[in-house]
Amino acid sequence: MTVDARVEALIRHIEKRRRINKFFYFLFFSATLVSTISLIVIFVTLSYESLNFFTQVSIIEFLTHTKWTALFAEKHFGVLPLLNATLITSLIAILVAAPLGVMIALFLSEYASPNLRSIVKPMVETLAGIPTVVYGYFALYFITPRILRGVWEGLQIHNALAVGLMIGVLIIPIVASISDDAMKAVPLDLRHAAYALGARKCDVALRVVLPAALSGVSASIILAFARAMGETMIAAIAGGFRSVLTFNVGEAMETMTAYIAQVATGDAPHGTIEFQSLFAVALFLLLITAALNYVGIKVVRKWAIRY
Amino acid sequence: MGYPILTEIRRSRVRLKKVLDRLLPVILSIAVFLAVAILASLLLTVIISGGHRLSWNLITNYPSANPNEAGMRSAILGSIYTVGLSTLICIPISMATAIYLVEYSRGGKLSSILSYNISNLAGVPSIIFGVVGLGFLAYWLGMGRTIITGAFTLAILTLPLVTVTSVEALKAIPDDLRHGAYALGATTFQVVRYVVLPRALPMMLTGGILGISRALGEAAPILVVSGLIFIREDPTSLFSKFTVIPLQLYNWISRPQQAFIELSSAGIIILLLVLLILNGIVIGLRYFLIKRAGQL
Repeated sequence: MTVDARVEALIRHIEKRRRINKFFYFLFFSATLVSTISLIVIFVTLSYESLNFFTQVSIIEFLTHTKWTALFAEKHFGVLPLLNATLITSLIAILVAAPLGVMIALFLSEYASPNLRSIVKPMVETLAGIPTVVYGYFALYFITPRILRGVWEGLQIHNALAVGLMIGVLIIPIVASISDDAMKAVPLDLRHAAYALGARKCDVALRVVLPAALSGVSASIILAFARAMGETMIAAIAGGFRSVLTFNVGEAMETMTAYIAQVATGDAPHGTIEFQSLFAVALFLLLITAALNYVGIKVVRKWAIRY
Repeated sequence: MGYPILTEIRRSRVRLKKVLDRLLPVILSIAVFLAVAILASLLLTVIISGGHRLSWNLITNYPSANPNEAGMRSAILGSIYTVGLSTLICIPISMATAIYLVEYSRGGKLSSILSYNISNLAGVPSIIFGVVGLGFLAYWLGMGRTIITGAFTLAILTLPLVTVTSVEALKAIPDDLRHGAYALGATTFQVVRYVVLPRALPMMLTGGILGISRALGEAAPILVVSGLIFIREDPTSLFSKFTVIPLQLYNWISRPQQAFIELSSAGIIILLLVLLILNGIVIGLRYFLIKRAGQL
């Protein structure tokens, strides 16, 4: 083989390598686009079907009317009862998850030895891994009849309280793990400085670490709230399908997600207004949770840069 | 000192603080105990209620109106088909996404937008995926309320989770290795193929398993996609109607008869066992990897 031929072969080889590299670059890049495209598809699909819905029902009626009777003969489409149920159950959930989650995070980051931590953390995170149907079952057949009915006799079998409590348990790991990350990110210097001033461990935990991690903690609560609003199966199983505007947590109420599940379970044919209302409610839910997530992620990023 | 009353106040404050200092870890561990207790009581309730209903019938029989014969064969097969297919779709996409984000475009503006969208996707409530699966895949694209629609829905649902784990797996590979390969004239693809991937693959695998266990437990999106239907036959193709284990459980839970509620408990035990095994594999794999990394 002449020198020229060898050089040419080498050049061909290098060019082949380059082409392969380029090919895979585009392959990997297009895979990355899948998430973004999915987001666009989600938004467009929901908007398009909702648009059909809103040509028949005015947005003002949707947002202000106090009755939701989509599956009855006389139809009203006021989202308030559904929104109310969603907010009430999520609020109860946060009242459970925020204190417990923050306490667990504080315990994990300040008190637990590495060994104990490696046992407790996965256990707490297991709570988020249990299928939500199981929580629904637990709320309906254990929490309500065995525990809540003992204290509150007039409680309906399907009620918002049990739903809220159960969603609360489900989102404890979200609060605990993001808060724990935030507390771990607080520099040791701050703790040492406090100890040097004669602070006790409880002072360091409550008055140094907790305030320093506050933005992470609040972000965890916002993100957990968004997760609570989107929870479906617990609400569908233990909350009942009764869309009435009420503030009594002992009564059955239908959340937005439970309504979606209810319509999907029955047979609302494609093209009917019941079917389209599914998308309107879904879009409304998506917009609220997206706003919450936007704020939450923003707060998380801000805190991540600070240290 | 001159003001004994002040000294007294200070002393009592110090005493109070001492008590608080002792009490705080106790109070905090009560929260941990509570979480674990809830988990334990949940498991106990299920086992007490459904333990005696555990039998092979539950796995091999079709659903039935007679609780003594009812099983969840069609649901188990439905779950295997949908979750299996969704994993096949999800894992390559998330691996490729992670490789692009970590190896090809480190910290570019475009990649930060793309990775922001992944966290946005992670924040979308799971039932919304179902609604879009129904509206877009089942009706617009005409795929119908079938296994393949369910699989794509679950694939996109688990995509962020698996991607994030894969990104972490890649970031855990030390840069020295990459630099060494680049210094020898390797292309990015060669670095990925021969240096990074072989080392990151087991860790990426844990992400895939986490995705599977998430997809197995999801009921809401599948409920919307497939409806709550009664199926007494094995799925024959990807375009069969289907149901999954959590939906079969939902069906039994919603029935008034005690026997079906017990049956649902037994089904829950089986589902939780499967999830336990999957998570056990993840924990074991991670432990093994950490140990191996320590030896390197």
